[in-house]
Amino acid sequence: MKARVHVTLKNGVLDPQGKAIQHALGALGFSGVDDVRQGKYIELDLAESDPDKARAAVEEMCRKLLANTVIENYSVEVED
Amino acid sequence: MRTAVIRFPGTNREKDAVVALERACGRKPEIIWHKESGLPAVDLILLPGGFAFGDYLRAGAMAAQSPIMQAVRQAAERGVPVIGICNGFQVLTEAGLLPGALMRNAGLRFVCRDVHLRVESDRSPFTEGYRLGQVVRVPVAHHDGNYFADEATLDRLEGEGRVAFRYVAGPGEPESRANPNGSRRDIAGILSENRRILGMMPHPEDATDPLQGGTDGCGLFDSMARALA
Repeated sequence: MKARVHVTLKNGVLDPQGKAIQHALGALGFSGVDDVRQGKYIELDLAESDPDKARAAVEEMCRKLLANTVIENYSVEVED
Repeated sequence: MRTAVIRFPGTNREKDAVVALERACGRKPEIIWHKESGLPAVDLILLPGGFAFGDYLRAGAMAAQSPIMQAVRQAAERGVPVIGICNGFQVLTEAGLLPGALMRNAGLRFVCRDVHLRVESDRSPFTEGYRLGQVVRVPVAHHDGNYFADEATLDRLEGEGRVAFRYVAGPGEPESRANPNGSRRDIAGILSENRRILGMMPHPEDATDPLQGGTDGCGLFDSMARALA
């Protein structure tokens, strides 16, 4: 079963890379981009077949390693 | 004084730390590989600079989960002083031994130059050899040194006198040059609650010999040698 994890910076945490992307988009002529926040996407192939157990395991992985909850939020999607 | 320097795959400043520790303590540190699960009886543990695990995922994230970190955590709980320099600071925050996080430099560039630090606390085994308010010059070399913590944590660190070093402008330098990486409140180094753990981005070990261009880092190593002898 596949799990997909999105890791994003918390509100209020400065994202200089997002700002650089925003400026680059502006320089390329893409107008009206008010803000850019950059994050990470992590795809996991799991042996687990029970979606609830898979989700619980991935959330534990997020807390322990995949995200730094001081600065990042995470969201988990599990493929049915 | 017996000391240990922890080495992870990708660590590259351990030899600088070994030379600085040996100069101050008169005894060669033991280098401990990250896969070890135990530490010898030591008076100080140093986590050196480098790029442990290639900074994959986040700087320090993988190293914080290495087997040796369990032993470091237990030693820290017993009160053994731990100092993390640069990547070592990142590992200590990722391990939860110090609050906050080190993020990508605000200017997005790797910064390698001398900075000036004001000693903000002389109450620790690492800084007691400095005068409070003393300004020292040491190098930084990092891409992810932008210290972040939420306002409540920053207020608490300041209130408890746990900011060890702050970036300041050097003589004749503009204020804008003081902070090399965008760190909140110009924080360069912080102490744990019991003041026995120090994390700092600058490299005091690379300012311990005139050939390195300065010796202001000696104060830190001499402090530790005196405090822990």
